[in-house]
Amino acid sequence: MARIAGVDIPDHKRGEIALTYIFGIGRKSSQKILTKAGVDFDKKVKDWSENEATSIRNVISAEYKVEGVLKSEVQLSIKRLLDIGCYRGLRHRKGLPVRGQRTKNNCRTRKGKRKTVANKKKATK
Amino acid sequence: MGRSLKKGPYIDFRLEKKIQVMNDSGKKSVIKTWARRSMISPDFVGHTFAVHNGNKFIPVYVTENMVGHKLGEFSPTRNFRGHTAPKKDKPA
Repeated sequence: MARIAGVDIPDHKRGEIALTYIFGIGRKSSQKILTKAGVDFDKKVKDWSENEATSIRNVISAEYKVEGVLKSEVQLSIKRLLDIGCYRGLRHRKGLPVRGQRTKNNCRTRKGKRKTVANKKKATK
Repeated sequence: MGRSLKKGPYIDFRLEKKIQVMNDSGKKSVIKTWARRSMISPDFVGHTFAVHNGNKFIPVYVTENMVGHKLGEFSPTRNFRGHTAPKKDKPA
């Protein structure tokens, strides 16, 4: 069990994939981290030596914003939009898509489960 | 796609001039404007704009955080009042 960047415990996967379990690290940055730390992409996490693990930890803590810090930063920038009352802020407030997508249908990710309206008039011929 | 950096931000020329005059004289008044596309420049902070939304002018007080946004972002053009409430009893 390797513990990197606080809580994350990825295991028995290739290092390149395992690192992406950390919030804020994807495939690309994971590759960059491993290159910098001098660890082979294909090496499984359980095979990492103590030295390799620490060097990976160092790279992440020095150069990347991950987990809590990153999440709070995202929340802060959303809060900023809400506070200044701009269009994007209003969309966040209403829980609707922010970037100009259509809302006639779809966008269920933002709107959540469908709220069926009872007795909605059916189209008449 | 964003605007080319080479050109710099678009700030409505006349609006900028008006603000400069007001900043120089230290006076403050509401500026009526249709220039929704104009970027809010740091000079605008502390002024109030009445930004047209196609129907009426919405007062926008510019604060520090708004710099870099466009004036139009603060003057919504659509007014969604909600769907009609479902009828209680269905007409036969």
